[in-house]
Amino acid sequence: MDGYYAWMIVATALVLMMTTPALALFYGGMSRSKSVLNMMMMSYIAMGVVGIVYVLWGWSMSFGSQDQLGGLFANPFELFGLDGVDAGGYIAVMFQMTFAVITAALISGAIADRVKLSSWVVFLPLWITLSYFPIAHMVWSTGVGFISKHFGAQDYAGGTVVHINAGVAGLVLALVIGKRVGWPKEPMRPHNLTLTMIGAGLLWFGWYGFNVGSLVFVAGDGGKKDIAQFMSETGVTFLNTTIATMAAMLAWLAVERLLHGKATSLGAASGIVAGLVAITPSCGAVELPGAIAIGAVAGGVCAWAVGLKFKLGLDDSLDVVGVHLVGGVIGTVLIGLFSSSDAPGGIDGLFYGGGFGSLGDQVAAAVFAILWSGVFTAIIAYAIKYTIGWRVADEDEVEGIDFAEHGETAYDFGTSTSRFGKVGAPGAIKEGVNA
Amino acid sequence: MKLVTAVIKPHKWEEVREALETFGVTGMTVSEVSGYGRQKGHTEVYRGAEYDIALVPKIRIEIVVDDNDVADVTDIVVKAAQTGRIGDGKVWVSSVDSVVRVRTGERDEAAI
Repeated sequence: MDGYYAWMIVATALVLMMTTPALALFYGGMSRSKSVLNMMMMSYIAMGVVGIVYVLWGWSMSFGSQDQLGGLFANPFELFGLDGVDAGGYIAVMFQMTFAVITAALISGAIADRVKLSSWVVFLPLWITLSYFPIAHMVWSTGVGFISKHFGAQDYAGGTVVHINAGVAGLVLALVIGKRVGWPKEPMRPHNLTLTMIGAGLLWFGWYGFNVGSLVFVAGDGGKKDIAQFMSETGVTFLNTTIATMAAMLAWLAVERLLHGKATSLGAASGIVAGLVAITPSCGAVELPGAIAIGAVAGGVCAWAVGLKFKLGLDDSLDVVGVHLVGGVIGTVLIGLFSSSDAPGGIDGLFYGGGFGSLGDQVAAAVFAILWSGVFTAIIAYAIKYTIGWRVADEDEVEGIDFAEHGETAYDFGTSTSRFGKVGAPGAIKEGVNA
Repeated sequence: MKLVTAVIKPHKWEEVREALETFGVTGMTVSEVSGYGRQKGHTEVYRGAEYDIALVPKIRIEIVVDDNDVADVTDIVVKAAQTGRIGDGKVWVSSVDSVVRVRTGERDEAAI
C-alpha cells in the first residue's frame, strides 16, 4: 500500500492549498479593496494558530483512544504534543490538521472587514477546542464518538464536522459582532472577481484531496482487501465530487438567470463551492444520479439562500451561512434520500428502498451538530465581546482595516504619483517629519 | 485660445480620437473618470443583491485649440461620440489665457 501513503501526502498538501491561498483568494476577491489583505490574513493566521493547536492537543482530542463523557470528545492530554504517536502516523495527523485549519478559516467570511486581528487569534484556539475537535471526534471516531455511535450518520469528508460547524459559527459570530458600518445601505460589492474565480478553481482542485483522501480502510490490514477498497472507493468519490460540482455550478447560474436575468462569474464561483460543500459528506454514500441531484439542489437552493441575509438583516458578509451551512445541511440530509448500498457507504436511503432510517440518522446528526456549534460558538463569541471586544474602531473600518490592522494597502495602481513620499529604515521617516 | 473638454462614453473613445486626428488635432489629454448625468448610474447584481452604482466610467478628453477651430472640434467630438442614448456625455468650451510649450518656451498660438 505504498501508493496509498504517497497519495495521502499529496492529498494533505492539496487540502493545505485550499486554505492558503485558495480560500484566501476566494474570500479576498469578494471583499472590498480596502480590506482584502485582512480578509486573506484571516485564513493565513488560521493556518498558523490552528495547526499548532492541532499537534498540541487537537489530534489527541479528536482521535485519541481515551473517550470522554460518552463519546463527546477524547482526552486532550493523552497524545499531547503527539507524544505517543508513531512517526508513521504523522501523515494521518497532518491530513486531519488541514481539515481543522480550513474549517476555522471558513468562518472568517461571515465577519469580513471589521474584526481585530487579536480577537481572531484568541477566537481560533477556543473555537476549534470547544466546537471542532469534539464534533470531529463525535462523527469520525467510528462506533465510539457520540454521533457515530447513536445516529450512525454518514459524513464522508465533513458535512457536519466542517461545513455545518463553520456555517453555524459564521451565523452566530455575524449576529454577535454585528453589521459593518453602512451595511446594507452602502454598496459593498466584490472588488476583484478574478481573484475569486481563481480561488474557486483552486478550491475545486484541492477538494480532491479533501474528499478522495478521506477514505478509511475497512479491513485495515494493508492487504488485498484494502487495495480493492482503495481502487473502487476513490473512483466513486472522485467521480461524485466532480459531477456534483459541475451540476451545482450550472444550477446556480440557471437560478440566477431566471431570477436576475444574468448568469454571473460570482455565481459560477459560488455554485462550484456550494456543490463541493454538499458532496463533501455524500461523496462516499451515493451513486452518480445522487451526486448530480445533490449538486443541482445545492447550487439552486444556495443561489436563493444567499439573498436571505438582506431580509434577515444579517451581515454574513461573504455568505458563509448561505453556502456552507445551507450546502452542508443539504449534503448531509440528502444522503438520507440518495444513499445507495452499492456506494462505499453501503446504506440504502429512502429512494433506494432503505426506508426512513438513514434520513432520520442524517437529520439527527445535522441537528446535533448545529446545536453543538451554536451553543459553544455563542459562549466564545460573547466572552470575547465583553472582554477584549471584537471590532476595530468605526473610523478604521471605514478608512480600511488593511491599513489600520496591518499597516499596509493592497494595491498601488499609481505610476508617477506613487513616487510622492519618502522611504527609509523603520522609524526614520517619522523622525524626519518630527525634526 | 479655448479649452475643449469632452466627457464621453468609453466605447466611443476610439472613434472620437480618429475623427480628431483626421481633422488635424495633434495632441490631447485623456483621463479615465467616473461620473453620472441624467442616466443616474447603473445597477449591478452580485449573489442576487442589486447594487446601485452611482458613478459610471467615462473618458474625459481635454484639447487646447485655436479660436478658429473651436466650432469644428466641438462638432467633430459630438458627431463621433453620439449614440442618441442617455449617457452620451457633454462637451464644453472655456477660455484659456495663455499656453507655454515646455520644450521650447513658445507661447500661445505657437504653442498649440
